[in-house]
Amino acid sequence: MGERCAVIGVGQTKHAAKREDVSIAGLVREAAERALEDAELSWADIDAVVIGKAPDMFEGVMMPELYLAPALGAVGKPMVRVHTAGSVGGSTAIVAAHLVTSGLHRRVLTVAFEKQSDSDAMWALSVPQPFSAPLLAGAGGYFAPIIRAYMRRSGAPDHIGILVAVKDRKQALKNPYAHLHMEDISFETVRDSIMLWDPIRYLETCPSSDGAAAMVLADETAAAASPRPPAWVHGMAMRSEPTMFAGRDQVNPKAGRDCAADVYAQAGITDPRGEIDVAEVYVPFSWYEPMWLENLGFAPEGEGWKLTDSGATALDGGDIPWNCSGGVLSSNPIGASGMLRFLEVAMQVRGQAGEHQVDGVRRALGHAYGGGSQFFSMWVLGDDKP
Amino acid sequence: MSGQAPEPVAVLETPIHVDYSFTAGLAQSRFLKGLAEGRFLGQRCPRCKKVYVPPRGSCPTDGVPTTDEVELGNTGTVTTYCVVNVPFQGQAIEIPYICAQILLDGANLAFMGLIQEVPADQVRMGMRVEAVWVAPDELGPTMSSVKYFRPNGEPDADYETFAEYL
Ligand SMILES: [Zn+2]
Repeated sequence: MGERCAVIGVGQTKHAAKREDVSIAGLVREAAERALEDAELSWADIDAVVIGKAPDMFEGVMMPELYLAPALGAVGKPMVRVHTAGSVGGSTAIVAAHLVTSGLHRRVLTVAFEKQSDSDAMWALSVPQPFSAPLLAGAGGYFAPIIRAYMRRSGAPDHIGILVAVKDRKQALKNPYAHLHMEDISFETVRDSIMLWDPIRYLETCPSSDGAAAMVLADETAAAASPRPPAWVHGMAMRSEPTMFAGRDQVNPKAGRDCAADVYAQAGITDPRGEIDVAEVYVPFSWYEPMWLENLGFAPEGEGWKLTDSGATALDGGDIPWNCSGGVLSSNPIGASGMLRFLEVAMQVRGQAGEHQVDGVRRALGHAYGGGSQFFSMWVLGDDKP
Repeated sequence: MSGQAPEPVAVLETPIHVDYSFTAGLAQSRFLKGLAEGRFLGQRCPRCKKVYVPPRGSCPTDGVPTTDEVELGNTGTVTTYCVVNVPFQGQAIEIPYICAQILLDGANLAFMGLIQEVPADQVRMGMRVEAVWVAPDELGPTMSSVKYFRPNGEPDADYETFAEYL
């Protein structure tokens, strides 16, 4: 991997349906300032900025990184924009980490955001094209048939998706930054919510959020000078595959399996369930928890739902807590959602997750995916130097 | 800050309209011209023999041009589906409607299509369907030439016959 790299500062906004008090520039600056504050650094200490967001068409601001440069202290500094759809928050962090591991920079600020209240993602994801039917079904219409295929293939009972939806919303109550704080969430409220994209219920889907995430990544020397414990990058990887090809397994995509295998090999992990203490995994629809449990090697194929059903993935009493922050199901500023996964595991490793902290975290997995399940990015962080 | 909420940022909605020319390329042009004639035209990969419809001109797996044209029939199988029950801006179809992955007979990749003429709760994985085309004088080089798919009355396909297309 070259030079060592560590997370030495994290910052995120309070995620909300509509942040009327800030523009996009104000939103990203809020997260970035908090990351600098956490690292006890100033703008002048940053060598380069790496920024990501979901497709520009969402907010309708083309190449927003250009106008955001002043808000991010990037004027006169190298600035890189990353595009990998919903996985972009993860990919952005990895690109930033590469600027450190390559030896090019010592301290890199990485930021990701979405201001969904300024945008119409449903519309942006449903643009008609002459060679496909004008179904305009949005992301749910794309993923619901894949979930149905998983349910058929694995024989998972209908209540599994409900369990995940309840668990992640309960965990979100312990995260002050989470968008949804649903005090009265219960099995019944999720079960009785409307089927938006049958088999996906309303409360089994992620919200639309405004929000941003930021991290300061540092090389070994800069990390040594950091006031708080660094979270070291033990492995990071990205993989992609075409959206459509004959024989593609959309339920358990090969790019995801390959990406996990790579990142585990780098981190020396052979038994993910045994060796990873906590994971933040991109689960925008509740059923993606059991699906990704299999794709990421925490359970054999067809058996991910049994781990969910047994409570293994819960912060309260589970041996492999997933999405202690409440996950994408509780906050979904799309472009930032992947970075929040990467950032939350840094908080877990550094012991700064507050009420949703898991005790004694030494290894943690952050995960993001995007597009038609064709972009994957992951990293494993540890409390010790790799 | 002293507890006073800042003034909301002013937001302007500025709708814009963009017209653009879509250059389909050779393979998709053949496909779209086929639609204008009420036919599904796909292409077969010379190496793996998989049939792509709509064709993209090359095989994503083998990276070679798909030059052999294949005309597919009007029938296929629903591999999987969802019932769309969410209203949103620009929606052209009355909810609830069925959004299905349809594997045309002889094709090796399913595409998304609308299912009609059957109650939503009676659609099944494996259901056999046929394309319903618009009137001949309304046919054009667009997927909108296919009004929708509907059950064709054949018994359901066995799960094994389409399991690898999920
Ligand atoms: Zn081929």
